[in-house]
Amino acid sequence: MRTAERDKMVEDIRAARPAGLARAISLIEDEAEGAGGLLEALHPHTGGAHVVGITGPPGSGKSTLTDRIVKHLRARGSTVGVIAVDPTSPFSGGALLGDRTRMADLATDKGVFIRSMGTRGSLGGLSRAVYGTIKVLEATEKDYVIVETVGVGQSEVDIARVADTVVVVFVPGLGDDVQAIKAGITEIGDLLVVNKADLPGASRIESTLESTLNLAPPRVEPAPKILTTSAERDEGVVDLIDMIVEHLALAKTTGLLACRRRMRAKAEITAILTRDIAKRTEISLSEPGADWYERLQDGRTTPGALAATIWRKLVIEEYEGVEDENSREASPGDRRGEHRRSHEDLL
Amino acid sequence: MSEGRIRVLIAKPGLDGHDRGAKVLARAMRDAGFEVIYSGLRQTPEQIVSAAVQEDVDVIGLSILSGAHNHLFPRILELLEEADAEDILVIAGGVIPEEDIAGLEDLGVSRVFTPGTSTSDAIDFIRERIGA
Ligand SMILES: Nc1nc2c(ncn2[C@@H]2O[C@H](COP(=O)(O)OP(=O)(O)OP(=O)(O)O)[C@@H](O)[C@H]2O)c(=O)[nH]1
Ligand SMILES: [Mg+2]
Repeated sequence: MRTAERDKMVEDIRAARPAGLARAISLIEDEAEGAGGLLEALHPHTGGAHVVGITGPPGSGKSTLTDRIVKHLRARGSTVGVIAVDPTSPFSGGALLGDRTRMADLATDKGVFIRSMGTRGSLGGLSRAVYGTIKVLEATEKDYVIVETVGVGQSEVDIARVADTVVVVFVPGLGDDVQAIKAGITEIGDLLVVNKADLPGASRIESTLESTLNLAPPRVEPAPKILTTSAERDEGVVDLIDMIVEHLALAKTTGLLACRRRMRAKAEITAILTRDIAKRTEISLSEPGADWYERLQDGRTTPGALAATIWRKLVIEEYEGVEDENSREASPGDRRGEHRRSHEDLL
Repeated sequence: MSEGRIRVLIAKPGLDGHDRGAKVLARAMRDAGFEVIYSGLRQTPEQIVSAAVQEDVDVIGLSILSGAHNHLFPRILELLEEADAEDILVIAGGVIPEEDIAGLEDLGVSRVFTPGTSTSDAIDFIRERIGA
């Protein structure tokens, strides 16, 4: 992508122009040429949103709850981005993304941007798409970004758990499948919501959650809070929002937020490297006429030596033109450096 | 766009409450490898166009049974133009009288599928036009 094109895209994103914004997200999701450069350019404008993850079993009411939360946040004057993730079919590679059906009236609200996303499939691909889309939405200066994903445990797909605040949704009628409830919740959830409280059985789930928490080993982070909602009847949602806001405020003072953001950044860097290494490996080893296997069999090389060769090619070719940290610090034209200096001038 | 998957918004404008046909088509498209965003019943033209833009779809598939197509479709096409998104392919299906089809196609609906056409016709048509 040419620099002019990229600048235009950054400008569209900064101005929150829907079509430009949407195309930028596609570029990132498709990992198309120019996506990496765009994200680099957006980076200085990111980090400003409260990222809320909403996760829980299929059909638990995550989208309905998101719809209600967004409406209340809008009434408070906040702007919101939503990333709604649904599974991609492993057979066809296609996906049926149905979360918008629960958020129909949000479509025309200019302060809201909703994007549906399939899990697709490449290793770490979803994380990169979600992190990238969060950044794009942050660059439009959304106050909140809500990420809805299906899951209960620690699956790769369960991106919501790297949010600043993680809401796990439960529902009555999961039967006696308490094991499924227990799996991982004490580690991932900041707020445990029993939704569909209008249906029988909600209080039983609530007490199961309570006893699970009581038995859980102590953790550094504050213990998760439990609350009940009926998204359908819009009950308990305001309390939930208050607790989400409170969670962030507390997280800021305790250092939990810094810790979460650090985790997210780490996962993002890992995901970028994983992709680039896999890509470079594939290119190097599938070149037509490549004789590495013959050389390996003859004892002329070793897997370790081959890996080292690929590694060098990766550094030279894949990251050509990408300044690493050291050159960035030293570079006089560094935008963030200038920014910092102008701040210092003010002081 | 060509680097990614074909993305389709399936929407039901109008007031009728039957989405069986739309859901069958949505599933067939998923099984054909498309990413299908299903936005549900009783969508206004404004909602449909706004969703299509946000989702950066290649195609909008409109399913309509209520007979309001001559009123709703022109509005949708007009809004697409305003949103700088007239490159999105618009196809339609449902109950649309034979005599209205030419008029809709003149407006910019790329293809109208009448009842009885199989889902694979719509899928083939999209593949051909989007070329992926
Ligand atoms: N009774 C009752 N039904 C609810 C409530 N919240 C959501 N539902 C219903 O539960 C069904 C699933 O709701 P969704 O919001 O689509 O659930 P989800 O968790 O987003 O589902 P997936 O994205 O498919 O995993 C819908 O029929 C909703 O109307 C609630 O508080 N009470
Ligand atoms: Mg959902």
